[in-house]
Amino acid sequence: MSVITNGKITDIQELKSVAKRIRIKILHMLTQSGSGHTGGSLSAADVAVGIYFSKMKFNPQNPTWEERDRFIMSKGHAAPLLYAIMAEAGYFPEETLDQLRKVESPLQGHPCCRKLPGIEVSTGSLGQGLSVANGMALGLRLDNNPARIFCIMGDGEIQEGQIWEAAMTAAHYKIDNLCAVVDNNELQIDGAVEDVMGIEPVHDKWAAFGWHVIDIDGHDMEEIVRALDEAEKVKGKPTVIIAKTTKGKGVSFFEDKAEYHGVAPSHEEFDKAVKEINNE
Amino acid sequence: MSETAQVTEEHIQGSQKKPKATRDAYGETLLELGRKRSDVVALDADLSCSTKTGKFAKEFPDRFFNMGIAEQDMVGTAAGLALSGKIPFASTFAVFETGRAWDQIRLVVCYSNTNVKLVATHGGITVGEDGASHQALEDIALMRALPNMTVIVPADAAETASVINTIVDYKGPVYVRLGRAKVPYVMPEDYQFKLGKAFVFHIGKDANIVAAGITVDMAKKAAGILSQEGIDTGVVNMSTIKPLDEETLLRVAESSKIIVTAEEHSIIGGLGGAVCEFVSEHCPVPVKRIGTLDTFGCSGNPDALLNLHGITVGNIVDTIKASLKK
Repeated sequence: MSVITNGKITDIQELKSVAKRIRIKILHMLTQSGSGHTGGSLSAADVAVGIYFSKMKFNPQNPTWEERDRFIMSKGHAAPLLYAIMAEAGYFPEETLDQLRKVESPLQGHPCCRKLPGIEVSTGSLGQGLSVANGMALGLRLDNNPARIFCIMGDGEIQEGQIWEAAMTAAHYKIDNLCAVVDNNELQIDGAVEDVMGIEPVHDKWAAFGWHVIDIDGHDMEEIVRALDEAEKVKGKPTVIIAKTTKGKGVSFFEDKAEYHGVAPSHEEFDKAVKEINNE
Repeated sequence: MSETAQVTEEHIQGSQKKPKATRDAYGETLLELGRKRSDVVALDADLSCSTKTGKFAKEFPDRFFNMGIAEQDMVGTAAGLALSGKIPFASTFAVFETGRAWDQIRLVVCYSNTNVKLVATHGGITVGEDGASHQALEDIALMRALPNMTVIVPADAAETASVINTIVDYKGPVYVRLGRAKVPYVMPEDYQFKLGKAFVFHIGKDANIVAAGITVDMAKKAAGILSQEGIDTGVVNMSTIKPLDEETLLRVAESSKIIVTAEEHSIIGGLGGAVCEFVSEHCPVPVKRIGTLDTFGCSGNPDALLNLHGITVGNIVDTIKASLKK
């Protein structure tokens, strides 16, 4: 079978322009639907682009291809980011993005694997993706399948106890075909993560749980690609990338604002935002 | 058809085989399945000695995942294994499996419609001395409310084996509730479990008892006593509680002056609830529910607890007699 892996992009500039397109798609979708999560979709955009377009092998024409790498958006509210990437990758036509959050749309408010091929598992209730990622990784290992699993979590999300259960499991079972990412934008709905329920020291916590930890600037595409390369080489333990990010990244008037966690841009804001992204 | 056969000696007397816990039958059947199929994997949350997945673990350490005392992670990991093409059997006590991990079961098992088999042991008050914290009396209600979920409560060890061998070939989420205590063999020798199909020992013209799990044995004994007193009483083993065998239940309701449900579960939301929901809409007939009331369990030996909650042959008999007198 000939496999389309979307031709991994190695050029950093090209990855950056993909990320710009993804940001615009996210904003377009959210403006169209009038609701959805802007801040956290934009913060994780660069890392997600790095994962999908520089690293992952997949085939949009055959979403259940057995040797595909798997991606889980554990912070399910960043669904617009995932949909934008899937449209860019060719899983469905660009027009489908206009269906975000509409009745009977494949693009549910939070990802639904039964409605949209290419979504590996439904998410939205936080804290659950890493456990599923572990299970997938263990299943692949039993079959000697070389595919790898990627899982993006929010930093607020790691307040969920289940994340730490899963963190123990991954280390205990030496799951090294898994690369997790914490989108460390330091904000959650009610305010600063450190004010709501502090998670620091994040690096030390994951290290103490037995993980290989890589700290990066989550908007520096070179660092993202380098970290993903490093993660692939680590054997005998799981890897987590702590990506320091900015909520709402790319649009000055959304950046670092907790109030844009779950608010969609107005049409005016959209026009302004697109100009900013294109002029950057 | 055997479904409408008259009550035979075996039905009343029960099998001569020694009683056996359904969890023991599960452990043995899972082990056999493991030998036959490499895609069967098992998970447990530090209770493999009690749930009997330990047998599978010993022979297939690579396909067994002890998740420690972490039920939420166990269910999530099971879903992941299913998404990698495995058939995971995830076990712990019913109270923890359905209670601790309910949202995980909802999102990554039912909503995601993954092929996860949740086989829980220690359901109901016959857990005994450990008390209310360990007695699942709400698990069936919790699982029954979830779309895509199938809910099964086998009556004896043989039916348990048949259930496990059946669900391995069914694609989708399944919850199987097993018990701790030894239970007598109650199903006919040649019985084979069919998903979604109730087993009718006999349909009574006066009263019918719809039971599941340990109460099937009680129902048969109660029907024997009542029949000798001239009250034609039927017995149905409704081992698949969801999807409910509506066709059989309708036939039973049409023939009944009264239906009594009996279960080792709260009368809210379990088998009794399911029967009432269906009967009230399709063939209204009085239903009396026997089970635990709106209350928690407590410590005690299993028989004492069954007595305390009126989950007994005597209470089934009395309930039917009292209802027919009215």
